[in-house]
Amino acid sequence: MEFNLKIWRQKNAKSQGHFETYHISGIEEDASFLEMLDILNEQLIREGMDPVAVDKGCKSSGPVSFDHDCREGICGACSLYIDGRAHGPDDHVTTCQLFMRHFKDGATITVEPWRSSGFPVIKDLVVDRTAFDKILQAGGFISVRTGAAQDANNILIPHDNAEKSMDAAACVGCGACVATCKNGSAMLFVAARVSSLALLPQGRPEAARRARAMVAKMDELGFGNCTNTRACEMECPKGISVDHIARLNREFLKAKFRQ
Amino acid sequence: MADKLISKIPDGPLAEKWTKRKSEIRLVSPNNKRKLEIIVVGTGLGGASAAASLGELGYNVKIFCISDSPRRAHSIAAQGGINAAKNYQNDNDSVYRLFYDTIKGGDYRSREANVYRLAEVSAAIIDQCVAQGIPFAREYGGYLANRSFGGVQVSRTFYARGQTGQQLLLGAYASLNKEIAAGTVKSYPRHEMLDLVVINGQAKGIIARNLVTGELERFGAHAVVIATGGYGNTYFLSTNAMNSNGSAAWQCYKKGAFFANPCFAQIHPTCIPVHGEQQCKLTLMSESLRNDGRIWVPKKMEDVMKLRKHEIKASQIPEEDRDYYLERRYPAFGNLVPRDVASRAAKERCDAGFGVNETGLAVYLDFADAIKRLGHQRVAERYGNLFEMYEKITASSPWEEPMMIYPAIHYTMGGIWVDYDLQTTIPGLYAIGEANFSDHGGNRLGASALMQGLADGYFILPVTIGDYLSNKFAEPKTDTNAPEFEEAQKKVQERIDKLFAIKGKRTVDSMHKELGHIMWNYVGMARNDAGLRKAIKEIQELKKEFWVNVYVPGNQYEFNQELEKALRLADFFEIGELMARDALNRTESCGGHFREESQTPEGEAQRDDKNFMYVAAWEYKGEGVEPELHKEPLKYEFIEVKTRNYKE
Repeated sequence: MEFNLKIWRQKNAKSQGHFETYHISGIEEDASFLEMLDILNEQLIREGMDPVAVDKGCKSSGPVSFDHDCREGICGACSLYIDGRAHGPDDHVTTCQLFMRHFKDGATITVEPWRSSGFPVIKDLVVDRTAFDKILQAGGFISVRTGAAQDANNILIPHDNAEKSMDAAACVGCGACVATCKNGSAMLFVAARVSSLALLPQGRPEAARRARAMVAKMDELGFGNCTNTRACEMECPKGISVDHIARLNREFLKAKFRQ
Repeated sequence: MADKLISKIPDGPLAEKWTKRKSEIRLVSPNNKRKLEIIVVGTGLGGASAAASLGELGYNVKIFCISDSPRRAHSIAAQGGINAAKNYQNDNDSVYRLFYDTIKGGDYRSREANVYRLAEVSAAIIDQCVAQGIPFAREYGGYLANRSFGGVQVSRTFYARGQTGQQLLLGAYASLNKEIAAGTVKSYPRHEMLDLVVINGQAKGIIARNLVTGELERFGAHAVVIATGGYGNTYFLSTNAMNSNGSAAWQCYKKGAFFANPCFAQIHPTCIPVHGEQQCKLTLMSESLRNDGRIWVPKKMEDVMKLRKHEIKASQIPEEDRDYYLERRYPAFGNLVPRDVASRAAKERCDAGFGVNETGLAVYLDFADAIKRLGHQRVAERYGNLFEMYEKITASSPWEEPMMIYPAIHYTMGGIWVDYDLQTTIPGLYAIGEANFSDHGGNRLGASALMQGLADGYFILPVTIGDYLSNKFAEPKTDTNAPEFEEAQKKVQERIDKLFAIKGKRTVDSMHKELGHIMWNYVGMARNDAGLRKAIKEIQELKKEFWVNVYVPGNQYEFNQELEKALRLADFFEIGELMARDALNRTESCGGHFREESQTPEGEAQRDDKNFMYVAAWEYKGEGVEPELHKEPLKYEFIEVKTRNYKE
């Protein structure tokens, strides 16, 4: 297969970015999107190696930087806005699990970084998502010390509650929800954590404080608010439901009333 | 130097050793803990749990990871589960049985005392994780559910769908966040350790590269903990994450920490087969699938040929023409034999010509019987996300056709040598989780990596490190202007400058692929004398070529992923060579290490207990000099050493 790749290039956080277009061929249908980028990078590096070509004005901007790690759809490192969709045209996958068989041979594919004021660009397609860590540091945990726990089976959790909690806990922290939201809201991300813990008896004692603190941190870091467009749910690679936002709102309101 | 290999295993009965050691360990009072600094490198299960627990104790902790967030560490990709001797199933499980299974699974090449302690603390890990809010699978009564894993005959594996590693890591990461918020832990994401700083023989800090700005930065501490995982990516293609690497551990080795059993690498039997030359990463399918999936290849060569040409489908082959080779060869354990045994059996069938897929390098993992027996819904509950993942990657549905799988490099049992306190041969330097060598011997059982990472991080290291730090609180903070820091940073800088100066003709990836081929062909599933010698020679040549002909684009002072890869690859050459050297020395077969010269008439691995019942600990002797081998004899006082038998 062959493609024209229109890719966002940006030297660093301070410089202005622009699109560059590259042609690539000889791609197997079973190759993943990131494997295709690996091949493109190999090509770009080789172009940069040739001093003669560089002297003649071939300006190679070097390989494209992009975040990636596990390539199994679980670490949440990969991002990429592909043809106007977070993680590209397939549903319920991260970019690393997107395969080239989903594209038309010869297509032009546009690749951009996450665009949100909460996620400044570091280089090319790499963005800074430390805001997510900060939100979780504000309260996304249960305050238990190592060694303080009782026997695990002393806490009974109905099967369905455990399953619902797990549905929310499946969040990989990739940021697709923020990148997709027209308000740049991190509501689904916050809700997934709040809801997952609120559904469990261990999470109840701090539920109100947690919801309040995490929402406040999200606001402080410049993420927008939720206007129920449900775009986040559509693009979440783990299919996390906006029902969890409803649960977050309940926890948040309860916390407010108690104040 | 042999006196450096003091394992510090406490005397007395096996079940009392850990209690005894804990009672001897000196304590550090809370006001003195505040004066002490600890560096933790790596944020997987081991690093995150250790840093969180040390922070809770009141130490000042600095934690480093190469990713943008601690949550990305590769522990997150572990699927199937975590073992614990809870005996919730009333199937006669116990601490002793978990200990026994682990020693036997490791083919009698791990330390009795360490493994017993691992089994002993396993139950508390589950308690801790539940208290953190980890949504483990539950029965309808609200009690915890369990499943079974390879190499055992009880159900002791706790799980959260096929995402157990993710949930456990998010638990440890949440505890870490709690401590970061409390100010006891400071987090340094996108930082890569490039050297260890040793002052007066003690580990005192690290040199790290800020991966965003490219600056080299110095960090001092009273102790350093390495929790950077394994070196499976030496093979290029593995189930490890793309950025997983052995460099931090390797720098410690070069500063004097012994490296133990480097040749013990685990080849996992159930991975999605290689699809082509463009591939850079292999995907694991959880071992838990072997609970209900049946592994087979066709009995008839004509069927094999038709399958390879896509003339028939696997599901069309009648029952009597299928060879369920694991059930045939190992009736007692069947599809649940340990990983090394299952991998070799798959290789044996494929070598005999019965492999499927266009490449002939795949076997079937079939769920048709399980779907019939349990129904669609129950199979979906257990494996739904794994089936979905398989279908996304291969475009074939396991509901209709069996999965195709093949072995791939997955985990390294070898690692930095540590004593019972998890301290390396460099005082003040500790190694935990996959980065150390201590608990899994020649082969790790499924669902035990998570157990070890968390055992080390939550319950063992935070106790043992106190013994070392108990007389360090009066020492001032480590001065990062000390000449040792200066020297270490200078060396790192020279290395980086050298890489940019080469301006050669080969890309980093192309050379890494070449190294991977050498490793897989000669230091892979089957090894022999001639092949290993050849591997050493070829790796040395490739390394030489790398240092004159690699091309690293860009510059140091920017976000530069090619530079990161080049620095790691430079170490992978050396790690690969030591692996081959260790494999050459160990002329026996044991666990994942299979020497063709040492097998039974039936083709099973043959150990040589008389000559090789020891830990091979290698000491770095300088560039271009052969490393020195030290032997730590393994004594089995509490367990009878037998030939592993999964047949009866």
